Amino acid sequence: MASPIISFQDYGFQYRAQAEPTLRHINLDIYPGEKVLIAGTSGSGKSTVGNCINGLIPFAYPGESTGRLMVDGTEAKQSSIFELSHIVGTVLQDTDGQFIGLTVGEDIAFAAENDCVPQDEMKQLVDKVAKLVDIDHHLEYAPHELSGGQKQRVSLAGVMIEEVKVLLFDEPLANLDPAAGRATIELIDMVHKRTGAAVLIIEHRLEDVLWRHMDRIVLMNEGEIIADLPTQKLLAGEPLMQHGIRDPLYLTALRYAGVEISEAIHPEHVDSLVLSEADKEKVRNWYQMQKASIHSRQQGEELLRVEDLKFGYTPDQDTLQDVSFVVHKGEMVSIVGRNGAGKSTLAKLICGFEQPASGRISMEGRDLKGDTIKERAERIGYVMQNPNQMISKPMIWDEVEMALLQSDMPKEERSKRVEETLKVCGLYPFRNWPISALSFGQKKRVTIASILVKRPQIIILDEPTAGQDYHHYTEIMDFLKELNEKGYTILMITHDMHLMLEYTQRAIVFSEGRMLADTTAAHVLNDPDLVKAANLKETSLYTLSQSCGIEEPQVFTECFISYEQKEVR
Amino acid sequence: MAKIAILSYIKRKSPVHELTGTTKLIFFIAWSIGSMVTYDTRVLVCMMILSIAIFKISRIRIKDISVVLGLAAAFVLLNNLFVYLFAPEYGVELYESRTVLFTIAGPYTITLQQLFYHLNMTMKVFCVVPVALLFIACTDPSEFAASLASIGVSYRIGYSVSLALRYIPDVQREYHNISQAQQARGIDLSGKDKLFTRLKNSVAILLPLIMSSLNRIETVSNAMELRGFGKNKVRTWYARRPMRRNDWLAIVSVLVILTVDMVVTFWDGSRYYNPFL
Repeated sequence: MASPIISFQDYGFQYRAQAEPTLRHINLDIYPGEKVLIAGTSGSGKSTVGNCINGLIPFAYPGESTGRLMVDGTEAKQSSIFELSHIVGTVLQDTDGQFIGLTVGEDIAFAAENDCVPQDEMKQLVDKVAKLVDIDHHLEYAPHELSGGQKQRVSLAGVMIEEVKVLLFDEPLANLDPAAGRATIELIDMVHKRTGAAVLIIEHRLEDVLWRHMDRIVLMNEGEIIADLPTQKLLAGEPLMQHGIRDPLYLTALRYAGVEISEAIHPEHVDSLVLSEADKEKVRNWYQMQKASIHSRQQGEELLRVEDLKFGYTPDQDTLQDVSFVVHKGEMVSIVGRNGAGKSTLAKLICGFEQPASGRISMEGRDLKGDTIKERAERIGYVMQNPNQMISKPMIWDEVEMALLQSDMPKEERSKRVEETLKVCGLYPFRNWPISALSFGQKKRVTIASILVKRPQIIILDEPTAGQDYHHYTEIMDFLKELNEKGYTILMITHDMHLMLEYTQRAIVFSEGRMLADTTAAHVLNDPDLVKAANLKETSLYTLSQSCGIEEPQVFTECFISYEQKEVR
Repeated sequence: MAKIAILSYIKRKSPVHELTGTTKLIFFIAWSIGSMVTYDTRVLVCMMILSIAIFKISRIRIKDISVVLGLAAAFVLLNNLFVYLFAPEYGVELYESRTVLFTIAGPYTITLQQLFYHLNMTMKVFCVVPVALLFIACTDPSEFAASLASIGVSYRIGYSVSLALRYIPDVQREYHNISQAQQARGIDLSGKDKLFTRLKNSVAILLPLIMSSLNRIETVSNAMELRGFGKNKVRTWYARRPMRRNDWLAIVSVLVILTVDMVVTFWDGSRYYNPFL
């Protein structure tokens, strides 16, 4: 076998600002042309491994390293970030942030510009690489004219212009809707085949990455590698859930049904599964057993009603049209659809940030028209995607109290309210902590608490779990579920299909500013036409139930979820 | 989203837009020197007419840049006011004659000479402002960096400036989002509250805005370094365009204007044109 292109030898690393090493005893070899997934929760050290390879560590983030890291035959710390960039091309998580040029062409050329490539030659290079990732018809476009998936193509082209030997992807799926995520994995696969470069993907969304073949999976936990196995072998082993990574849904379903997962059944892809008749029978039996036990929930009184809503940012273009639905008290509803489908605009209209061109929004039968943002805020709470966009006080207590300071509430009453809210949100023990000491999930709680303190009747959350690994995702969502059980009505904007399925009974589907459906979450993902129109993705449960000869895939999905909620948690 | 008109690149088709960034930069610098040096009213009138003409050619509309224009006007007004307050007789000294129009109070009289001085001062600003605004509004930010580099400014500085210009719209969008979310928490930023409360409340927007901007900076600087920015002393530019006939024409004419300006201004040994003697 050829010598490895990247080789960690008993490598350890400690950031200068941290008391504990982030990486310990890493031994890992990546060979030319390999395709490897590095999985792990946030804080497991997987991104740190990536940063060591591309040179951000130690050149941009200084710290102490032990052991050796060889990249293409030279020791990484003796090299420089520039030399490493000729060998390793990095595509960062944030597709907007890494877009440096003002147009697609310019952004792709960025590395060549820095290498002083003459302009004629540079233009040829850009054309060549742009063709490779199918973005050659958009060279004149500005970043905001591109979709998330197209931006990813540009980022990829931008690093490929160097003819690198390793392509490193840091959480490439984080900001993409399901269909765009799938397209990204297909794109990476295509580029891998065309260039033969080694591909390293750092990601915690295992099932999504495994949409295309991966040679190996490296599993990390608390700074160490706990498994480094070929894909089938890893999936056939212990469930990954215990390490904070979600197993592919079809495998979880098979486990519930009592099917043994071995390498022989080809667990790496739902399409490659080889199930014996006996296994299929097990799945069918389990399905019949679960089916009997699902029951629907009762509806509460009407709370929010939206009728014939129409809106456009410019007079000649409608961002939203023909939107009508009703939310009942105590419901938890998802609003789903691709990026730019009009989901966030809907939230803005409900909160009063924008005024509809026509149509009506009412709460408990009263038209909200004419109510200011502030007046609506008494009844409708809005939580932004990123908690850092909302937090403006250094201390938790102050942040939560802030909204109340605007009213004439007496001090005692105010303290009582804040205290109660902090207790509801499980933040009471931390009440005197600085916010900077909290994790992302805890910060999210603080922002939710700072909204709840006003006792709104309905809370709207924009992408509550974006970019979170399974562990933090569960933490946030279980908290929201708890709130919902305490009687809060919750509306969630999301493109996370798991979230929609697992936590909400109902989903309202948007595409291109129109409402496509208002139905149960399980139904949405089992209707192939709807899935396609809304840029969503059917779950692997759908495929599994079909291959087992189950006729109602949506009921199978519902069974799976109710089983998880009852038995597993 | 409400469009807030503030200074940034405005993409249109016009002869001014088609000039290379380098030409526009040289033009801007020469023009500024020209109008700063001279107090000669005849030169100033010509230059002001020319600069308004160029503004017309550029197809940039007044309302595109109204905010900055308003700021410039306020600055000119303030400047005039203070010059008058501290040196009400400066014009008289300069032009060595005194024609009193009327008296306000004490030493504050309005003289024809002082008024003439103020007129010249104001005209100077209105010679430079349109050209300066055009330079920013008509230069593609990517070319902007290339043009700074072409006259010898380090490309690192040029690139920082152009990135800063580029992120203005993003930061504006972010500001808008954050301010809406904070208003939804009942924090009033409209004119109803007292000034002090409003100032205090605006911190609720600024702090998250600064935090998110710092994050953005970290990402972009990592992305740039990972693609070799800063490796060499010089770099090449994808967006740089070759000089055309019009570019040479513009440069030659601005140099001619500058020369004529200097000759006329210093012909009689004084920077001031004196119609009173």
